[in-house]
Amino acid sequence: MCLAVPLELTEILDSRTAVATSGDVTLEVDVSLLRDPAPGDFVIVHAGYAIEKLDRDEAERTLSLFDELARHGDLAD
Amino acid sequence: MSDANDGRCVTLEHGSGGALSRELVETLIYPRFGGEEYPELSDATRFSLSGPLCLTTDSYTVDPPFFPGSDLGRLAVFGTCNDLAVSGARPRFLSLGLIIEEGFPFSDLERILDSLRDAAREAGVAVLTGDTKVVPRGKGGGLYINTSGIGEADARARLSAKAIRPGDAVIVSGPVGAHGIAVLAARERLSVGGGIRSDCAFLYPLCRPLLELGGELRFMRDATRGGLAAVLGEAALDSGLGLEVSESGVPVDDDVRTVAEILGLHPLEIANEGVFAAIVSRNVADRALASLRAVPLGARASIVGSVVEAHPGVVALETAIGGRRVLGLPRGLLLPRIC
Amino acid sequence: MATSRIERPFRDRERAAALAREIGRVAGGIGREVRIMEVCGSHTVALRQHGIRSLLPANIRFVSGPGCPVCVTPSGYVANALRLIEEKGATVATFGDMVKVPDPSGRSLSAHQGSGRLRIVYSPRELPDLARSIEGPLVFLGIGFETTAPAIASAFLRARDEGVGNLFLYAAFKTVPTALRALVSDPECSIDAFLLPGHVSVVIGLEPYRFLAEEFGIPGVVGGFEPIDMLMAILRIVILVAEGRAGIENAYGRAVRDAGNEAARLTMDRLLEPAPALWRGLGLLEGSGLGLKVEARSMDAEAIFGLDALVDLDPPGCRCAQVIQGKAEPDGCPLFGRSCTPDRPVGPCMVSSEGSCAAHFRYGGAEI
Repeated sequence: MCLAVPLELTEILDSRTAVATSGDVTLEVDVSLLRDPAPGDFVIVHAGYAIEKLDRDEAERTLSLFDELARHGDLAD
Repeated sequence: MSDANDGRCVTLEHGSGGALSRELVETLIYPRFGGEEYPELSDATRFSLSGPLCLTTDSYTVDPPFFPGSDLGRLAVFGTCNDLAVSGARPRFLSLGLIIEEGFPFSDLERILDSLRDAAREAGVAVLTGDTKVVPRGKGGGLYINTSGIGEADARARLSAKAIRPGDAVIVSGPVGAHGIAVLAARERLSVGGGIRSDCAFLYPLCRPLLELGGELRFMRDATRGGLAAVLGEAALDSGLGLEVSESGVPVDDDVRTVAEILGLHPLEIANEGVFAAIVSRNVADRALASLRAVPLGARASIVGSVVEAHPGVVALETAIGGRRVLGLPRGLLLPRIC
Repeated sequence: MATSRIERPFRDRERAAALAREIGRVAGGIGREVRIMEVCGSHTVALRQHGIRSLLPANIRFVSGPGCPVCVTPSGYVANALRLIEEKGATVATFGDMVKVPDPSGRSLSAHQGSGRLRIVYSPRELPDLARSIEGPLVFLGIGFETTAPAIASAFLRARDEGVGNLFLYAAFKTVPTALRALVSDPECSIDAFLLPGHVSVVIGLEPYRFLAEEFGIPGVVGGFEPIDMLMAILRIVILVAEGRAGIENAYGRAVRDAGNEAARLTMDRLLEPAPALWRGLGLLEGSGLGLKVEARSMDAEAIFGLDALVDLDPPGCRCAQVIQGKAEPDGCPLFGRSCTPDRPVGPCMVSSEGSCAAHFRYGGAEI
């Protein structure tokens, strides 16, 4: 029910607004739902609002975990 | 539509057949479309052309009439010329019918007609005749344009969905998805998508080299409303054969893909005005691709799939991650969605 | 493309194949049919658009759930929205999703498209400026789940702070956990596990789902929307089912924090509070919706314009109510593909691009 796309914040314009980018596409997004947004943050944007920051370390951890699972089968929790 | 306070606007009198009608045609139409060869545009213009010929007609109303990369005038010329081109004909002549809503600004009308004139020149077609009507305010969507087009049918063309055979290759002439997004963004005044420009282009220079393939060129159609999915779906239905298409083989510009994702749209279902699909026999697929890529407009032409006997009438899409699903005929209007 | 650094691995073909193989192995060990409810309409679409289902073993069966905000909105809401335009002199602003949904008589907001009295917006950010630019009241149709409610709340709070006086909210938000409780409390419920909505969970976190496992013994895994996200969530689900463990897990850790997004919830709480909501099919559920707090009454369209309470009226033969509960399949509805198609939709499950029926019509059916 909730389309949201990953974008990178490239500029914070004011307390509410930032410029978000993917390649050549830029759009203004509202960042008032985030704590301490900063340039370089990757965020997911829904209906023009950044609703959360994407944790890249967690992304990598998740991928490694599932690559293990896919290879081995059983994995103790 | 703006009222007369904003500048001169079209009135009902301009369509009544009287002095103002004549003035409109003489000041707006004749200077743009009369030429040396056909100096007198009249109700019925005499001309000579030996057959076989192709005739097509189409009507255009796009809201808004101006959008990044193109406008209603350019669309009205290229759209009809492209219908001729993908039918295997060289576009030569157009008729021009205008239905104008009372109150339409003259300045907009002039811009559109300028664009129409320029597009006709680019396509090498002459506007031979036309008609102008004005409808009362509230009864029309600003401006409707009808263009009928006559082209010289290429003797080598054997184009038909019924000519398609299992094993044939499916080719797309260029990247998809731009036009529909450009219009949608302009119409809904979306800030996202504002950088995307319509791909509106004259396709005959791409179609012409393919006509040299004769009967090994089975089918061509431009991917307008409903996008590539509509064209391929129709080819499958009309041929009674199946199509296998690779999603990752279809060229899409990165920014179009990104904006489509943001708006909840799929590039394969978005209208184009400068892209067509061609189905050719497997033997000539590489040659066809090379001739498309030799033309700048076809630089990103790609083989995207093939025709099969299985699942007749249905297009099967191999998705980018290796899954399979049906690529159905798109339904309904394009609207940005959040869900 | 900058963003592909994060997302590209989640679209990787080889990884997809490896995960699919492992899912097949684990599901093969389970043997019987595993019924997974995809709660969220975006999952309904994404699973099909990427062809995920074609990679999975036959004993995994997906059941669509009530996570399509358009699908679960009673048709009377559209009738009221039309009344706002036609009788109350308001301009209505809405996301595109609602434009074609029919009211009980079959009319939709598309009747007013292009008239200036219906404005389609992509983002609630546009609302304060839009309100300032028009004469008369502007009413926004507040449809959505917890993903969208904070954004709308933020826009309305901003409008209030900026002194915009003609912007109103017709709130019909729904919240997911209460609906899930209604589903699993139904004795006919035959769901083995939930694929939980990724972006709703970004806001609410995992805690609100714990009752599924703890009280009902049904596992649930929060999944994202890229192909690898969904495959990972499905793998975790089948592992839990195979081991007979009921747990609530997060397979979308890069976006979903266990505690959710507190700042978003606080914003929501400043304007909205839990309220009863009428769901198509599920009926009236206490605390399953969000309404405007009493201190925001001056922006409450329902109060200010005296709109009738909602009634849920499905057209005769329409089985949307059963479909969104997972009790009927789209092709189990007598109208599906006959009098009800995407071109001429009867019920919202076909109108909404995320509805089960629309998804089934577009992506399913043919043997390929």
